[in-house]
Amino acid sequence: MRLFNEKVDRRSFLRGCALAATMMGLPATMAPKIAKAVESEDRPPVVWLHFQECTGCSESILRATHPDILTLITKLISLDYHETLMVASGELAEKALEKTLEEHEGNIICIVEGSIPLKEGFCKIAGKEAKDILKEVGEKSKVIVNIGTCSAYGGIQKASPNPSNSVAVEEIIHDKPIVNVPGCPPNPDVFLATLLYIIMWKKLPPMDTKKRPLFAFGRRIHDHCERRPHFDEGRFVEWFGDLGHKQGYCLYKVGCKAPEAYSPCSIVGFNSIGVWPVKIGHGCIGCTEPDFWDTMSPFYQRLPGVKIPGKEGIIASVDKIGWYALTATGVALAAHAAAGIIKGAIKGTTNKDPHEENKK
Amino acid sequence: MAKRLVIDPITRIEGHLRIETEIENGKVVNAYSIGTTFRGIEVILKGRTALDAWLFAQRICGVCTTVHAMACVRSVEDATNTKIPLLAQLIRNLILMSHTFQDNIVHFYHLTSLDWVDITKAAKADPKKAAKLAANLYDWPTHSVDRFKEVKELLNKIIESGKLGIFVGYWGHPAYDALPPEIHLILVSHYLEAFDYQRFATQANAVIGGKNPHIQSLVPGGVSLAINKDNPSTFNMERAQMYYSFVRKTCDFIKNVFFRDAIILSKYYKDWFNKGKGIKALLATPDLPTNVDMTNFDLPGGYLPDSDDLSNVEVFKDWKDPNLRNNIKEDIYHAWYKGAWAKHPWEETTEPEYTGINYDGKYSWIKGPLFKDKPAQVGPVAQVLIGYATGHELIKKYTIEATNEVGIPVGKLNSTIGRNLARAIRVRVLSDLLEKHFNMLIEAMNQETEYCVPVKFSGEQKGVGFHEAPRGMLSHWTVIQGPDGILKNYQAVVPSTWNARPRTAQGEPGSYEAALMDNIFVIDPEKPVEILRTVHSFDPCMACAVHLYDEDRKKRIFVQAKTLSR
Repeated sequence: MRLFNEKVDRRSFLRGCALAATMMGLPATMAPKIAKAVESEDRPPVVWLHFQECTGCSESILRATHPDILTLITKLISLDYHETLMVASGELAEKALEKTLEEHEGNIICIVEGSIPLKEGFCKIAGKEAKDILKEVGEKSKVIVNIGTCSAYGGIQKASPNPSNSVAVEEIIHDKPIVNVPGCPPNPDVFLATLLYIIMWKKLPPMDTKKRPLFAFGRRIHDHCERRPHFDEGRFVEWFGDLGHKQGYCLYKVGCKAPEAYSPCSIVGFNSIGVWPVKIGHGCIGCTEPDFWDTMSPFYQRLPGVKIPGKEGIIASVDKIGWYALTATGVALAAHAAAGIIKGAIKGTTNKDPHEENKK
Repeated sequence: MAKRLVIDPITRIEGHLRIETEIENGKVVNAYSIGTTFRGIEVILKGRTALDAWLFAQRICGVCTTVHAMACVRSVEDATNTKIPLLAQLIRNLILMSHTFQDNIVHFYHLTSLDWVDITKAAKADPKKAAKLAANLYDWPTHSVDRFKEVKELLNKIIESGKLGIFVGYWGHPAYDALPPEIHLILVSHYLEAFDYQRFATQANAVIGGKNPHIQSLVPGGVSLAINKDNPSTFNMERAQMYYSFVRKTCDFIKNVFFRDAIILSKYYKDWFNKGKGIKALLATPDLPTNVDMTNFDLPGGYLPDSDDLSNVEVFKDWKDPNLRNNIKEDIYHAWYKGAWAKHPWEETTEPEYTGINYDGKYSWIKGPLFKDKPAQVGPVAQVLIGYATGHELIKKYTIEATNEVGIPVGKLNSTIGRNLARAIRVRVLSDLLEKHFNMLIEAMNQETEYCVPVKFSGEQKGVGFHEAPRGMLSHWTVIQGPDGILKNYQAVVPSTWNARPRTAQGEPGSYEAALMDNIFVIDPEKPVEILRTVHSFDPCMACAVHLYDEDRKKRIFVQAKTLSR
């Protein structure tokens, strides 16, 4: 799939150069110089929209390292509209957006942060309803990349009882390619890798049914978890600060949702220093999954319907069906956890940490 | 001919604010603050377990990440009378500080510095002169002729490329003329460097937060960061040093660059100490507790009814102080919620009802916080002046250092540029306190092993969690019911709500409104740099958009003030 049309309308291009000069408070004589420079530039135009959001996704981009923000905006893309970072306000900002929409219609990469409320008056920017802004920009874009769970799936605003009747981008835009990079917020380097995949290879990455790129979301977090050996051997944290927690044991019983969440957290980590919630001692909350605020909470209750290894090395039976229905993954997990115990039994060991055993 | 100006989108969280002003002969004579987005996190929290609440509450804002999480767990602990271990206190303090470093750097450089610094003037500066000037003003290793040349070339390349992206601005506006070209160049160089130093602070924060934004290392009762000095998979000496080495770099930048930049800008723009005075009543909460009983704090809190009279200050000794807890209310006379009342947060409701903008009636989504039935200003000015008035040693030291060099009386910090200077003073104080708290943590790790205790729910429990966030005093109020800890009510009274509130029932303005009505002149209504300076000085947590409305031409001109957050 070819995503970008490189043909440029020369006249509107020169007009843009003159406008750009005026916009900077520079003399119009700068226009030819600008035109020459632009012709050697091919940074694709990016428009970043903010709706019902907390700006955590934009903030995450400030933490990116590969590429870093400065390389991104000076060498890789032309970030023509981004409320949190752009200097221009008001009319100047609106003109910058209009100019981009006009000159690059059909070639724009639109990034959306935040959900869209369907209730009137619940998110208005410059007097316009969020959904109308999205429709207008979406129509002129080539592709929409959603950053974060809010624009991808509705996010926290959509959590029960969804007081503003919020929806995902997908429910407003039906005729454009959409790529979701969910997370609350997502790893910024993974998000930018998605963007660069599209820009450099001029095609969309292969995706799962939730429109997440497989190169990032193709595996369950649990499958690469560094605490996985403790899960397999039945060594669990019962509550934060207990002996198991101080030994770095598995967080499954304090509600870790990594067995049902797809994300590269356990592979890539965050903040370019390899940390992630499970590494430091808190379970995953499943923030890359649709509706996780409702389906993954209460966050400190373990995934239901799962047989897990008990303290004495026996398989504890499930006391009750939990707060949401038994899932296929749950069943698979039970079998998988049981296998760990059986393995232990065959070897004639208990589920205790061998290191702990040695200390006794 | 009166012109109107509107700052559009905010919520108390992150979102969108709209401020409408009337301009007469260039002067702002009237202003209204209007929140235009509702997300409803307080509503969503009702009926959920109090243990989960902090994960939801933190999503109130991703710019002020960590702060709502902190206020939330403190509220649940207050309700359940839970005393958290010292290790947890100290980890939380280190989270607070590293977050504040990042947040204040981003605000100063990436959100407001280009209201004061013109990149096109920087692009014409002489790198040699800049290096010489910088050598006199700063102690910072990157200030070489080569560095300034490199920055100048980058700027020229961006300007000539025609693809300015985020750097489209009001370049050439006379409001920028006060600075010599070399200062413009030095400040732009710092703008670029600051991207790295804010990131180091977030990396430090992530070492103890698990990730950032939106840390995942708290839990009511302490921290969920596993701490064990003798285990390879937990927070140990190696992790502690990792935190310190990242945050230390940022502290050096704050001491030698950020604090200096704020003073130097203030000197050149000294007239801005006579503009943009917010509400005179100031309010701050104590923070950085240093003992388990939470009776000792390293940041002072109090109520100063008049910023011009530093002798009359009421001190809050801790978070249990009834003077602090009992005197906070929120009103909704001008906000889009059902009813018309002023209530204590525990008694409040949140029932949204959008009815359009009507200045005599309701015109905003933002509720109106009150202290002793009056509006108050929160934020760095409040904390610095209250700290100064109560004789806080570090605050006094750096306040005197900064105000002496600029040549202004301390009370002038309650002004447009004074708020930026106060923020720099406060973060300078914190960069000293970081050393102390890090050393306390290392000491505690050697002595203590507990960092989390269980919380016990029973019957009806009410709590409040206070936090002195980068933007000012934050409080989260909870009403919790039954053994499962179900939330019956949740109310967050947020710094930007204090400052961006609409009129009171008696017609008194909020802080944004008051500041905009104090001596702000707009040279060119289509390039409202002066208004942006004043609104940005509050570090508003909202993406703002301002509309200009020319009544004579009956034509709307959109003017959007973009800021990083709510």
